[in-house]
Amino acid sequence: MSGYTYFPGCSLKGNSKSYEESILPVFREIGLPLEELDDWNCCGATAYFSVDDTMAAAICGRNLSLAEKTGKDIVAPCAGCFLTLKKSNAFLTSRQPKSEKILKALKTAGCEYQGTVKVKHPLEILVKEVGRDAIKAKIRRPLAGLKVACYYGCQLVRPYTDFDDPDYPTTLDGLMEVAGATAVDYAAKTRCCGGSLTGTIEDVGLRLNYILLKEAKRKGADCVVTICPLCQFNLEITQDKMVKRFGDDVRLPVLYFSQLLGLALGLERADLGFARSIVSLKPLWEKLGNGGPR
Amino acid sequence: MDIPIKVKYEEDLDPHFLSEIKSLSMAENIEGCIQCGTCSSSCPMAVYMDYPPRKIIAMVKNGLKEEALRSFTIWLCPSCYACQVRCPAQIKITDVMYALKRKAIESKVYPSRFAIPVLDREMSRLIAKHGRNSELWLILRLYLKSRHFTDMMKMAPLGIKLMKTGRMSLRMESIKNKKQLKTLLSALQEEA
Repeated sequence: MSGYTYFPGCSLKGNSKSYEESILPVFREIGLPLEELDDWNCCGATAYFSVDDTMAAAICGRNLSLAEKTGKDIVAPCAGCFLTLKKSNAFLTSRQPKSEKILKALKTAGCEYQGTVKVKHPLEILVKEVGRDAIKAKIRRPLAGLKVACYYGCQLVRPYTDFDDPDYPTTLDGLMEVAGATAVDYAAKTRCCGGSLTGTIEDVGLRLNYILLKEAKRKGADCVVTICPLCQFNLEITQDKMVKRFGDDVRLPVLYFSQLLGLALGLERADLGFARSIVSLKPLWEKLGNGGPR
Repeated sequence: MDIPIKVKYEEDLDPHFLSEIKSLSMAENIEGCIQCGTCSSSCPMAVYMDYPPRKIIAMVKNGLKEEALRSFTIWLCPSCYACQVRCPAQIKITDVMYALKRKAIESKVYPSRFAIPVLDREMSRLIAKHGRNSELWLILRLYLKSRHFTDMMKMAPLGIKLMKTGRMSLRMESIKNKKQLKTLLSALQEEA
């Protein structure tokens, strides 16, 4: 059975709509349609695990059980959802007294879980299952001349490192090169953006994100490419404040990898969520020549 | 200079703290820590912390319960797992931080209007009740319960930009089968 069960999570239906708007057409183009999980609930992210880990694993168990009924594996584009579901999946199938209790409660609620679902990230599927050659064959408009800083953040590559290196991953760089862009050597690629700290202790959040943008600028990147909604949000919305706070113009477009891949695959610019960017994308279009692919 | 004299005695240590955190975090090998400091040097937050991660692990090992639970380190940890994947003793340090957060919330030893635990609590409540998080409502609750109204007004320009680009809505999100979620969570509460 081809295709995956798509788990959007709160972000892809909220502030990172452009991620959903680009990942769905990209997967359709690749020939792996994504079908949204019916009545999914939020993963709980780091928040629920900080308050009550039993409840947190249980609500993830509900999603896994719903996905199991579809007979397809889960694809979770948000790095937070990806890790939370993956971690809960490992825990729920670990046959410990604590996890058995949760499985029992899931059964009581009518969401029995056998443990057959795998949780994957779209990047993992593209590079490991579809493969570079198959993607390369579909590239219609290479992103020639575009220099990108590939930012992986934390929770995609850690602590589970099944498909890339936890400190210096390269799969996204490789994918962007397939799309015709040049990946700059971005030393901060897995340095944490601080997650929700931008909303809780703003000054710490600003400093962390400033380091990330500064390094991307220093390496001559035209934009930062992300795989996580919270990374994208933090790196984008803090830019005006950063200019004021540090007196340094580090403004750069911050995009989802699926938006750039979509462009390279020949999809329409208007259909990939670019209009939702708060930072000006003008330099990006100029760089891509003739206002960029339309 | 008036410097208070601080002496700590063995009686001040909690002999059960280590086993408690071990069981909460499922990090069975905390005692294997050799205090090498790889965690602290890997941590992007260490510079902002009152105690770097290495010291927190030492506190857990030695029963310095009050110091560990009252530290701001545990809240500043954004769960990036840099320490955990590099730890030569393979200690699940991030999971230890999670366990300490839960213990601190349970023991109510954090500043009551401190934004980080407030966010964790409010997001969990929203999800437990509706099955979904609603970004705008979460932010509103965070500000009302952790800050002043004037701070929230400073966020207005960003809120407007997000609304204009369709990235934020007033809608309260919810799942269809809330009854199932309720049954699930109450089945677990009864167990506990």
